[in-house]
Amino acid sequence: MAEHGVAQIWRKIKSMYNIIGNHCTTCNTYYFPPRPVCPKCRRKGHLEDYKFKGLGTIHTFAIVRQVPEDFKTQAPYVMAQVELDEGTRLTAQIVNCDAEDVSIGMRVRACFRKITEFGHGGLIVYGYKFEPTMKVTGHK
Amino acid sequence: MKKRVAIVGVGMSKFGELWDKSLRDITLEAGMYAIFDSQVSGKDIDAICIGNMSAGRFTGQEHLGALAADMGGLGHIPAYSVEAACASGGAAVRQAYMAIRSGEHDLMLVLGCEKMSDVNQSEAMRTVGVASDWEWEGLFGATFPALYAFMARRHMYEYGTTEKHLAQVTVKNHKNAEHNPWAQFQKAVPLEVVMSSGMIADPIRILHSSPISDGAAGLIMCSEEKAKQFTDTPVYIEASTQASDTLALHDRRDICTMDAAVVSSRDALKKAGLTVDDIDVFELHDSFTIGEIILTEDVGLAQKGQGGRILDEGITEIGGKYPVNPSGGLKARGHPIGATGVAQIAELVLQLRGDAEGRQVDGAEQAMAVNIGGTGATSIVHVLGR
Repeated sequence: MAEHGVAQIWRKIKSMYNIIGNHCTTCNTYYFPPRPVCPKCRRKGHLEDYKFKGLGTIHTFAIVRQVPEDFKTQAPYVMAQVELDEGTRLTAQIVNCDAEDVSIGMRVRACFRKITEFGHGGLIVYGYKFEPTMKVTGHK
Repeated sequence: MKKRVAIVGVGMSKFGELWDKSLRDITLEAGMYAIFDSQVSGKDIDAICIGNMSAGRFTGQEHLGALAADMGGLGHIPAYSVEAACASGGAAVRQAYMAIRSGEHDLMLVLGCEKMSDVNQSEAMRTVGVASDWEWEGLFGATFPALYAFMARRHMYEYGTTEKHLAQVTVKNHKNAEHNPWAQFQKAVPLEVVMSSGMIADPIRILHSSPISDGAAGLIMCSEEKAKQFTDTPVYIEASTQASDTLALHDRRDICTMDAAVVSSRDALKKAGLTVDDIDVFELHDSFTIGEIILTEDVGLAQKGQGGRILDEGITEIGGKYPVNPSGGLKARGHPIGATGVAQIAELVLQLRGDAEGRQVDGAEQAMAVNIGGTGATSIVHVLGR
């Protein structure tokens, strides 16, 4: 038996580290997280891996103050639904800016961060968070 | 035409933080009251259906069907346990409805229960959170209140809903619960207190949120012909419907609408041959106050986007055009997760019998309950009539 959570996270690393979802070439829809079946086309669908550009817009957000045990050291933090430029949404933390400066419609890009630790001495989980697009990169 | 299913008995345990009572105590209590209320005896019951979300995590006990049969001394009758997150109670009612309607069972004890206070707050929050998409929402830090905060902030952005609207739901539901002897909070709360209560996930405050509760509710359900043996005032299930949506909130078409609630409530009205204006009293799933606002729109009590503004007009108060949550709702009655869907039906049965005392909606003849699982991934609707 694997240590708590290890296999559960390990099998998602591809998606969590690089925002790899999939794309249905039948209906031209992008999915993140990747779906085993295209819900629009079902058996007629054809899904291929797709690496998202990691750029998007904040669709909605919350400032989380009552936080889970594994997130105690990060409180308070901003969680958002980010609408990726490819048209799908995901749920991620917003970092590298003050909570007061976050707004709906704000442009963000993915960054690689530590998400949480499963308790003292437990697994460290890495993955995507999002940050405001930086002027230096020229991304808009 | 198929025969209708009747509800001939209702029972509730007190809702609240019940330190001196175990999961079995409260479940037995609700079941016994339902049996006493109905005048049936144990030998009349031919099956049990029990709704529960997560007794395994909250108390370390699963296999609740057998547990209920055992505690009630009901012998070898079959006992089914069903789960649909916060809609587990509604799911139990619907499963019994289908079993009786099919003719497989004649008279069933339906239970809903949850014992949440045996774990600490942090563990309780984690367990509530698994009603969402844990792998792609919870794991990244999105708590259950944060997901409802996503809906609230977007609703404010798109439709101009205000923080005051979020608070007005609390004020209304607490006022109603003053007259509900089973409610966790039988206490009015002033608007200013709600509006200055602690933020848990902006824009959601602690007093926009249902509490952590222990509690159980029970019903005796049977076929229409059998009902006449036990009571002159049965309440009938005129329609029972259920719909699903994506598990994760971020996959929804529109996070300000619960499509599953739209589909299941329309379907229920159609099956009952009624329009929303025929319904005299509603129990809508207000685990967070934004939930009630959104559901008033989705069920058709308000235009999309107007769910906040109708609170200014008082139409969802007892005595208004569409009374919503006379029991106090999840907010003030309490939200022992698996019990909620059954408690909604128990309240509406009392309303239709005219037994709801200080919170009675005058002359109520038709009623609707909407029980939501997760952030809207399951919606179960029941229309009742007398």
